[in-house]
Amino acid sequence: MAVTFPLPGEAASARPEPVVRLRGFSRAFGATKVLDSLDLDIAPGEFVALIGRSGSGKTTLLRTLAGLDSHDGGQEVAIPAARAVVFQDSRLLPWKRVWKNVGLGLTGGEVRARAEAALREVGLGHRLDAWPLTLSGGEAQRAALARALVREPKLLLLDEPFAALDALTRLRMHELVLSLWQTHRPAVLIVTHDVDEAIALADRVLVLDRGRIVAEERIEAARGQRTAAVRRLRAVLLGHLGVEAAEGSYADLVAHPRAGWLAAAE
Amino acid sequence: MFPFPGGMKKRRPLPFTIRLGRWLSPMLLLLIWEAASRSGLIPERTLAPPSAVVETLAAMIWSGELPSNLLVSFGRVAIGLAIGVTLGIALALLAGLSREGEVVIDPLMQIKRAIPIVALAPLFIVWFGIGETPKIALIAFATLFPVYLNLYNGIRGVDVRLVDMARSFGLRRAQVIGQVLLPGALPSLLVGLRYALTIAIVMLVIAEQINATAGLGYLVNNARDFMRTDIIVVCLMVYALLGLGADLIVRIVERRALAWRPALVEA
Repeated sequence: MAVTFPLPGEAASARPEPVVRLRGFSRAFGATKVLDSLDLDIAPGEFVALIGRSGSGKTTLLRTLAGLDSHDGGQEVAIPAARAVVFQDSRLLPWKRVWKNVGLGLTGGEVRARAEAALREVGLGHRLDAWPLTLSGGEAQRAALARALVREPKLLLLDEPFAALDALTRLRMHELVLSLWQTHRPAVLIVTHDVDEAIALADRVLVLDRGRIVAEERIEAARGQRTAAVRRLRAVLLGHLGVEAAEGSYADLVAHPRAGWLAAAE
Repeated sequence: MFPFPGGMKKRRPLPFTIRLGRWLSPMLLLLIWEAASRSGLIPERTLAPPSAVVETLAAMIWSGELPSNLLVSFGRVAIGLAIGVTLGIALALLAGLSREGEVVIDPLMQIKRAIPIVALAPLFIVWFGIGETPKIALIAFATLFPVYLNLYNGIRGVDVRLVDMARSFGLRRAQVIGQVLLPGALPSLLVGLRYALTIAIVMLVIAEQINATAGLGYLVNNARDFMRTDIIVVCLMVYALLGLGADLIVRIVERRALAWRPALVEA
């Protein structure tokens, strides 16, 4: 990706109204506090990655931003009405043809034309009338992406959307997501446990631990020129996840003489 | 993504000779039966030979005796099924789509399940006499449960993740019901319907033992009194055909309604 964009917030004076704004947001199930007085701002068009271990509250935060959990009154929660989620599993309705899945619940005319345009954009123009169960994993995720995009969201939530795909398909999906993001400029929050994915895609990486944002790293290097930044950042982010790792790439990390951290992390 | 027990595997059609071979043993049985009857090994009052059964069948169709009585029985099944299936669907929707409905309806249905429907026949006769009403009521009451149970479980078994997805895209409750819950529960409803059809025919046989003056059961009862085993066998054949026909109808509906299943898509 040679194209670069000014980071939101660079010109502090012209800071736009954030699309997402949480202040002191808490959520508890019974006695366990899942989210603990969390503050979060996401600027329009910003690409944010959220990483965290299992049970860190990622899913709860995402459900809140998706408007799926009703939150207690009195808490400051602002999310845009135009939002869309891509889940880890594509969650296409198997009894609706692909284009009808993309057009699910759309109002206004020309649903088929809009769905078709979105599907062409993700490279699925030839599978409009296919049944979802005949799609491959990658195709299904692209259809899910089209279903989100067709709503022209101000906030696009990606819940580990590529975790179940093979490495090669994942690479292509990363490129697709970036190019779609550059075309449509929604604010994106991607939830992932893959540090490399976060570094490759995001403007800003947040680390969630026990319901709190414990670290925030802004990546200034342009996408496609991040190799230098990765060395340090990967170790820092893994450190926040409770993994003591050496600097370097994934290959060196696993084969490192001090690889004992793998066991320690479990 | 969606588990279909046995649905994903494509069944290869059997070779022609094997399909033909499957007719061999029934044919052989018929031949042995005919031979045993002719040689006097099986007396006519025990079991009429196949040739006599075919003759009786032709005569009964010709005289209009079989069609008219079949129509009466068919009417009983149709009306009973219509009532039972409608009630079953209505109750399952109420119980499946609302917590209040579930609390009120489901315990009653579970109690009802514990009572064998056939045992209710005497009570129904006391209530409704010996006319058409108890017969239809028995069929309706018996077919209600499989439809209710399967549809209710089908609605409750729809993947919550799909419901979450629909809600995250801003679908209203009515849209979630219409586009996610009901289509998701349709395969279960069809299973329930298939059970209901089978049970309806079983209940027809039982109901028509209640002092019928027309219908297949009436024919069977009369034939019993006159020891006409040929007529009894003809009626057994008709019952079997009714069952097969009912199954065929559900299969056709399934093929059209569940076209999205991969096993059918690829076929």
